[in-house]
Amino acid sequence: MKLLVCISNVPDTTTKVTFTDNNTQFNTAGVQFILNPYDEIALSKAIELTEGGKGTVTVIHVGEASSEPTIRKALAIGADDAVRINTYPHDAFFVASQIADYARDKNFDLILTGRESIDYNNALVAGMLGELLSLPSVSIIKKLKIDGTAIEVEREIEGGKEIITVDLPAVAGCSEGVAEAKIPNMRGIMSARTKPLEIIEATASEKLTHVVEYTNPAPRGAVTLLSAGETEKLVELLHTEAKVI
Amino acid sequence: MAVLVYIEQVEGQFKKSAFETVSYAKEIAKVLNTQTIAFTIGNASDDVLKTLGIYGADKILTAKNEELKSFSNAAYASAIAEAANQENADIIILSNSFSGKGLTPTLSVKLNAGVVAGAVELPRMEGGKFIVKKFAFSGKVFASVEVSTAKKIISLNPNSYSIIESATSPTIEVFNPQLNIELKTRVKEVIRSTDKVPLPEAEIVVSGGRGLKGPENWNILEDLAEALGAATACSKPVSDAGWRPHEEHVGQTGIVISPNLYLAVGISGAIQHLAGVSSSKTIVAINKDPEAPIFKVANYGIVGDALEILPKLTQAIKAFKG
Ligand SMILES: Cc1cc2nc3c(=O)[nH]c(=O)nc-3n(C[C@H](O)[C@H](O)[C@H](O)COP(=O)(O)OP(=O)(O)OC[C@H]3O[C@@H](n4cnc5c(N)ncnc54)[C@H](O)[C@@H]3O)c2cc1C
Repeated sequence: MKLLVCISNVPDTTTKVTFTDNNTQFNTAGVQFILNPYDEIALSKAIELTEGGKGTVTVIHVGEASSEPTIRKALAIGADDAVRINTYPHDAFFVASQIADYARDKNFDLILTGRESIDYNNALVAGMLGELLSLPSVSIIKKLKIDGTAIEVEREIEGGKEIITVDLPAVAGCSEGVAEAKIPNMRGIMSARTKPLEIIEATASEKLTHVVEYTNPAPRGAVTLLSAGETEKLVELLHTEAKVI
Repeated sequence: MAVLVYIEQVEGQFKKSAFETVSYAKEIAKVLNTQTIAFTIGNASDDVLKTLGIYGADKILTAKNEELKSFSNAAYASAIAEAANQENADIIILSNSFSGKGLTPTLSVKLNAGVVAGAVELPRMEGGKFIVKKFAFSGKVFASVEVSTAKKIISLNPNSYSIIESATSPTIEVFNPQLNIELKTRVKEVIRSTDKVPLPEAEIVVSGGRGLKGPENWNILEDLAEALGAATACSKPVSDAGWRPHEEHVGQTGIVISPNLYLAVGISGAIQHLAGVSSSKTIVAINKDPEAPIFKVANYGIVGDALEILPKLTQAIKAFKG
């Protein structure tokens, strides 16, 4: 099995998000970047599926040289090799197009992404990639197993789930539950330094959207604290003041 | 020109998010002085379909093809694209539901249309621009996204736009898409817990954390949820420990919700947890630790033992509801 896992480089979850240039640019100063947690799940699944010589896992990242620690982390977790498309990841369509242009003639059996990246929370790359490559796609899956020349996945739906069989090759967006996130061991960390990382220049692709401005949500007022005996008062406040019941 | 809104059916019925998306589409169509076309797939009866007219659908297209019997990104997105092309729609609205999240990107490529995923407001359409606000960085901030393509797709976050009535008497037409695709996905089984309000759509959510001590204490949380007509949720360690199913886990790595009322019980309010709930309109925290970070984002708080407070709160709610 030949697997491709798409990884993104995102601000650590505890980052305080600030902006520059009149609130038009994300301020990366002092921000710790990490491997997107959902991509970590996708990667961990890919490694699980290929363990014991059952296949190879390539990770692909669209981004600039500053993302290399994240790519090395993916190699340390257990990917066999990595590809970086050397360009700024402008928007989901641009990123998906770059990955599609790379993957088109490589005959991957399965392409995994995270359900979404935790910076822009778009959840678009998996579906776009599927369509660009004319492959079936499933998004937000919680379980995945190989079933001959197909995969069986569990997809989340409102108030339930769907069990779906998808013929390979296919694209799937992975969520919690697909695999336990693997932690790199010492051997992984050592070998990551020498695993192949290919750097490819970007193809000419369109961008369909761009962020014009970031704004902060209105601050919540100070909390109204009540004592343990004041549950009736809470109900009254929720009715008359917050108007939510 | 027209605004096309794709409406999901669940076993022949519409959920609240269906009416939110029609209301939202109608508002855009009004500004652009054009029609709101609703497109839906499934077996909903004409009586059910007509309810879309209450919120402003001018025309309702319904597809019942055999190939569309169960969900697939490829077939459903093809059908929506065909409907959009037939109606000359250049703005397409979907719900940012689980299925919407699969359809939106597929449709984007089919129509070469830029997407704003998870919109929380109406688009700003001044000066030939098209800018839509959405949450970014897991709920920490808003990003206003400009779409530069001729065709535009917006997926609307559940619970972000109010249902507005603007009654029309819509025509209902059967739409028969060509669907020139080879289906490569097959739905084996659909498992629904029908007795419960789906979490992303719930207006009130009662959520429990590690502070509830163990699964045996969940019945008092469920009593409160029942009294409130609320859905139940939990923090990640709770589902990791198997106290509750993973479907209930909210937060950055779980479901992102924006109910009108979120009650966090025995939840510390870690930043990853808040990423999934911070866009709730009102937050109530019940926690025995007055320093817990949840109180920094809560509108109302009770400091004390959840196991004592919950049954009293349930009583108070029942008394209020009479
Ligand atoms: C990459 C990453 C992703 C994550 N994603 C998520 C996510 O999606 N969702 C999520 O929830 N977490 C997530 N986490 C975990 C998160 O950091 C916290 O560990 C978690 O939210 C804590 O859960 P908790 O509040 O239930 O438990 P705790 O932090 O243990 O808090 C329990 C709270 O209960 C209170 N308490 C104890 N007893 C009582 C009582 N009798 N009555 C009242 N209050 C009481 C305590 O004061 C405490 O505040 C993630 C972490 C990482 C690193």
